[in-house]
Amino acid sequence: MTRFHHATLDNGLEVIAELNDDAHSIAAGFFVKAGSRDEAPELAGVSHFLEHMTFKGTARRDALTVNRDFDRVGAKHNAQTSEEDTFYHFTSLPEYLPPAFDVLADILRPTLREDDFETEKKVIIEEIRMYMDNPMSVAYEAAKAAHFGDHPLGNSILGTVESITAMKAADMRAYFASRYSPANIVLGFAGKGDWDELLQLARGRCRDWTGDRPSRDARPARGRLGFQALLREEDQQQTVVGVADGPPLESDDRYAAHLLATILGDHTSSRLYWALVDPGHADGAEISYQDYNQAGGFYAFLSCEPDALEDDLRRLAAVCREAMDRGVTEAELARAKNKVLSRAVLRGERPMGRLASLGFHWVYRRSYLPIEEELAAFSRVTVDQVRRLLGEWPLWPMTLVSVGPTADVQPPK
Amino acid sequence: MPAATATIHQHEYQNGLTLVAEAMPGVQSASCTLLVPAGAAYEAAEGLDAGGGAATMLCEWLTRGAGDRDGRVLLEALDDLGVSHSESAQTIHASFAAATLGANLIPALEIFADVVLRPRFDEEEIEPIRSLCLQNLRSLEDDPGSKVIYELRERHFPAPWGRPAPGTAEDVARIKPQALRAFHQAAYRPNGAILGVAGAIDWPRLRDAVGELFDAWRPRPEPKLVEASAGPGRDHVTRETQQIQIAMAAPAATVAGPDYYRARAAVAILGGYSSARLFTEVREKRGLCYSVYASYEGQRERGAMLCYAGTSTERAQETLDVMLAEFHRLARRGVDLEELDTMRAGLKSSLIMAQESSMSRSGALASDWYFLGRVRPLDEIAAALDALTPESVSDYARALLKPDELTILTLGPTPLDVNFPA
Repeated sequence: MTRFHHATLDNGLEVIAELNDDAHSIAAGFFVKAGSRDEAPELAGVSHFLEHMTFKGTARRDALTVNRDFDRVGAKHNAQTSEEDTFYHFTSLPEYLPPAFDVLADILRPTLREDDFETEKKVIIEEIRMYMDNPMSVAYEAAKAAHFGDHPLGNSILGTVESITAMKAADMRAYFASRYSPANIVLGFAGKGDWDELLQLARGRCRDWTGDRPSRDARPARGRLGFQALLREEDQQQTVVGVADGPPLESDDRYAAHLLATILGDHTSSRLYWALVDPGHADGAEISYQDYNQAGGFYAFLSCEPDALEDDLRRLAAVCREAMDRGVTEAELARAKNKVLSRAVLRGERPMGRLASLGFHWVYRRSYLPIEEELAAFSRVTVDQVRRLLGEWPLWPMTLVSVGPTADVQPPK
Repeated sequence: MPAATATIHQHEYQNGLTLVAEAMPGVQSASCTLLVPAGAAYEAAEGLDAGGGAATMLCEWLTRGAGDRDGRVLLEALDDLGVSHSESAQTIHASFAAATLGANLIPALEIFADVVLRPRFDEEEIEPIRSLCLQNLRSLEDDPGSKVIYELRERHFPAPWGRPAPGTAEDVARIKPQALRAFHQAAYRPNGAILGVAGAIDWPRLRDAVGELFDAWRPRPEPKLVEASAGPGRDHVTRETQQIQIAMAAPAATVAGPDYYRARAAVAILGGYSSARLFTEVREKRGLCYSVYASYEGQRERGAMLCYAGTSTERAQETLDVMLAEFHRLARRGVDLEELDTMRAGLKSSLIMAQESSMSRSGALASDWYFLGRVRPLDEIAAALDALTPESVSDYARALLKPDELTILTLGPTPLDVNFPA
């Protein structure tokens, strides 16, 4: 059975753990509340660049030693930066947790050396170029910018070649000082471990961390519902990303929103699948729900032949309008619940799957959500709640950005 | 390394289908992977000539209605059971993978038995499938990192062993339903098929249920494949992309062969993790690219090391030069004990962590059975890894990286010079 523990260190760092003796491994991670929405325009991409730089060395280790010290105990380590969070994590066998955690905690206090900064800049620019070769990434970034406009949720996670090239190590150090303070970080563990030992490790490695409690511009976001067509003559397929506002992560409607997105736009057997993919009108058509701090979005993704674009956009509009007019059926809702519940169980069987759910929930809600309660919250959603949700958060019209070989396209009315 | 707690069962049915299953303590889910030897390689079987992309088109057709269910009812039935599933043709196998709660596994297998044995083959589905497959090929053209690996495998492995499952636009445009039916008739056979199951299972019940569900599947002769030569060993595909894709392959040991662990060790030390040589030299020290790796691919009769990097045009030549210098250093000077220990720790940890996921386990069981005719216990793998020495791996690395056996392919605006260090 699983046990939950929680403690706050004197400097404000919170430590949480969901421990389970049946697990074969343990996952550990720092959840830093720092993402692209926390960046000033001239520092576009600094959160993600900083994530790379943490692996480049500390007072005790250079970059090669960081990688080597994780790898020599077989720890699978990585990090991700989103609009709101930077998540540093590893999974290891329980007996190797102490040495692997020593590295992870160490890199959260990086040196940010000038020469490493300049070398890593080149890697970031290569990453940006890699995504520029990917039409879906280009459309996604452009759609967020078009939808959220001046709201910081529209900021690019990677930044641009220009913003990264112009960035100075001193700017990054100032950003680090403002966001990586212990009160802005949650440390989480999930899997096989001993709480007293984990807490002692956390105290030993993190108690000297200092810093103030930063704030975030979390004013609610409302999208601008624009339309853009970007020409990319080199592409073969046309790629579209759409965004409509949805409930924020603070709202309990997020469960209904997730189920609604599953009914309308899951990759298989959803309304969009039957309207677009099954008949061969598109090779990809999905809707997903993304929650943010005081904001939320339904994202639509479409890949089709350029000639089919206008028809496919009309089909997308019809699926959204049909749901707004008539809601969803009991049978559809029951099926979506089965899908979501089963996926949550499968994900939760891996310590890293549990750690991510657990940690992000704690960062924004300061509460523990056992998997049983999460499943129960999905089970309680009714068709009436979905209908009310659609009234409150209309899916159509949505912001649409089309990318590909044709720019000659009219959005559906 | 802790002792394995799982129990592995196996059964071969009269028609030749093999079931290999593992009851995993502490999980609620159960997963299955059905491998049928009906991948893209078999499109080229003697007397079949099904066309490039037939295996993929057929896989899609099978799920669009089978047994008593039309396509929609079939997918909804899987949803009702909470089944996450994927069906795809690869080079050698058609693969049907599903994961759900333990209690729903046998009902899900009933549906997959229909899919494989009793497809409806409704001809109205053909044009939508064709359109979907043609668009998938176009999307692949828009994804240079994936495209270059398909192109590399096609050049490196002797045909048909590198045949890309998405096929070619030319063939997909012309394949007739009759050819797909003939392909199904000839290639979908129980002799050679493997069903791997892992998770919360009751072995006697599973064994009996699978026996009943797949009993009507009749064995057929194995289609005959004719090998053709590989190549070219050096090539460039011109594309107006931001980055140049560099992809290389070298022949390596087979999974069942005596050098398997030496090959895995050499490939991992070269490019399998973040402190491996390619990542260290190409990315960490020089900042030349974001993505660079080496990985191992096993087939029954051959294996390969596949190696990849994507980088800007003006830095691509240096990237390729550094990669080739690392090949050379590994072949010349071998590996040291610290690297070998790191590689061992990584591989052992991955194997133990895979025990937590019924999905990865069911795939591994089916794959082990395909290559070895048995499932390797964890302690056997651990012992084989422990037996490796810097000398044994260094000797192997020397044989692995011979310049004249390397396939080198680039994709991007301009070709690169291949300069082997002296």
